[in-house]
Amino acid sequence: MGMATPPAMSAVAPIDADDPAIRAARHPVAAFLLRRVGGAVLSLVAATILIFIATNVLPGNAAVVVLGKNATPAQVHKLESELGLSHSEVRRYASWLGGMLHGDFGQSAVAVAEGRPDASISGTLASPLADSGILAGLTAILLIPLTLALGALAGLRAGRRADHLISVPALVAGGLPEFVTGTALIFVFFTALKVLPPVALLGPGQSPFTTPKALILPILTLLAVAVGAGVRQVRAGMIEVLQQDYVLFARLNGIPELRVLLRYALRNALAPSVQIIAQNLQYLVGGIIVVESVFSYPGIGTYLVNAVTSRDVNEVQAAAMILATLYVGINIVADLIVMFLVPRLRTAMS
Amino acid sequence: MTAATARRRPAVPWPALITRDRGGLVGTVLLVLIVLVALAGPLVMPHSSTAVLGTPGHGPAGGAPLGLDFLGRDVLSRLLAGGRSVLLLGGAATLVIYLAGLAIGLTAGYAQSFADPVLMRAVDVILSFPALLVMLLFVTAFGGGPGVLVGAAALVLFPGVARIVRTATTEVMTKGFVEAAVARGERAPAIMRREVLPNIVAPIVADLGIRFSWAIILIASVNYLGLGLRPPTADWGLMISENREIISTNPLAVLAPAAMLALLVIAVNLVGDAYVRQRSRSGGDQ
Repeated sequence: MGMATPPAMSAVAPIDADDPAIRAARHPVAAFLLRRVGGAVLSLVAATILIFIATNVLPGNAAVVVLGKNATPAQVHKLESELGLSHSEVRRYASWLGGMLHGDFGQSAVAVAEGRPDASISGTLASPLADSGILAGLTAILLIPLTLALGALAGLRAGRRADHLISVPALVAGGLPEFVTGTALIFVFFTALKVLPPVALLGPGQSPFTTPKALILPILTLLAVAVGAGVRQVRAGMIEVLQQDYVLFARLNGIPELRVLLRYALRNALAPSVQIIAQNLQYLVGGIIVVESVFSYPGIGTYLVNAVTSRDVNEVQAAAMILATLYVGINIVADLIVMFLVPRLRTAMS
Repeated sequence: MTAATARRRPAVPWPALITRDRGGLVGTVLLVLIVLVALAGPLVMPHSSTAVLGTPGHGPAGGAPLGLDFLGRDVLSRLLAGGRSVLLLGGAATLVIYLAGLAIGLTAGYAQSFADPVLMRAVDVILSFPALLVMLLFVTAFGGGPGVLVGAAALVLFPGVARIVRTATTEVMTKGFVEAAVARGERAPAIMRREVLPNIVAPIVADLGIRFSWAIILIASVNYLGLGLRPPTADWGLMISENREIISTNPLAVLAPAAMLALLVIAVNLVGDAYVRQRSRSGGDQ
């Protein structure tokens, strides 16, 4: 990556403590952080370009698409100027980017077309984001211990009954699409047993916590896919650690088995597990798009799908940018956690 | 089998490698059945997949063993007609994924020059977004036609293949037989085809099952969201969402396509896993 390239040094250069290369050697963590954040910024810049192109190559433009085929040229022209579509692509990209840096995501094309007084997107994002945060947050709280516990247990009992009881359902659940799992759960808990609602519709401003029952099936669906996929990897990591010499020697030294497992095996199995959990959390960012739609839950995923359906490109831009940022952000945080957990990786990574 | 034959490279042809595994055998039988249903289904369906036969959401009856859908069409006929798009789109996407992945991975791994970092960074960028998000952006830009679905799924999934191919190629490039071919003055395409490609087949095939199932899932998800194939097309993904309102009156309208999709994905994963497991057991992966 371009950021970490040290400047050219002449052979007789005096040792300069401020030289980036020397500072990097002295602070591997800082250097690593710099590189990862640099990489993330590049990814996000690429995201803005990708999202902008995807929402601007439409045959016709946003105004035509939103107004429909029967709109008069005058109506189209009016909306075009209201949305700033008459400016050049580069200028529109720059103003979109500049606005986002101030937390301004522009105006909803549909709202402007309908002449609604407040068409600002930023204001309408808070509620879906909070609702998605609650759904994803509750899932994550359950997801992490479940993945670790089931994966470690399956690894410890590899090849035995407990392993099969965990691994086989995990394999099936982890491979299925969310909407198949969600639909099956709706059938069982709503149609057959009549104990849980099939949708998680909320009124405007209503907190998901006022209808906790409606959250159960969406969370279960996300858990089934994410835990299923994660368990397999944690299990493999556990099996690998148990074969290491230090586990063998700890056992030979007569250290109680429980202590061997907790202090030697589990702790070392944890490092790769953090990356697995990071992948799981990243998965949630994409997974909520489908799961929220299955249960009509009013989060950012439903917001995005509705925006794509109504062809409101400005809203698509905003939702896509938020989801991409979360995805990239989770990745960096996970890398940092891994690095602090496993000191020997600090030098290897930089 | 003796130790000597077990150590040999392709001692068993790969179809036998899969079917001698219990999971692989179950997966293969399931997969063959589903492919038969999906491809031959439109020829044997009892009614037209778009004809309205009676009350919407009517339960199973004499002429319609799976009942009627939300518009009163025969669920069995739509089920038989709705697998073709799932398999063909998923298969086409997988083909493009491997063509693009091989081309880019081989070029990057073989060139070991400026092309390598440039291609691989581009791959990293694609991998740093949620797959479904990229799919939805594509649909926003170009609509939800079959070509767009295939292209978008391929764009999202080929980077993983490119990475695997590049890693395997870089490793093979250090081998003596490649150096010998270079020393003989053979041209790059000939070296890639004759020396490199045969030696990177194993990791590529090992990945095939999971890619195919991801392609199926991504495309089916977009169809489920109502942003892909348009009604009245019969498609398993689309059938699940359009019939969700009648899950209480005729659950089969939703459960039958859901079961077909689930079985297809499970079968593909079983076959893929069996290949990897048997391959590493026979020592071919070393």
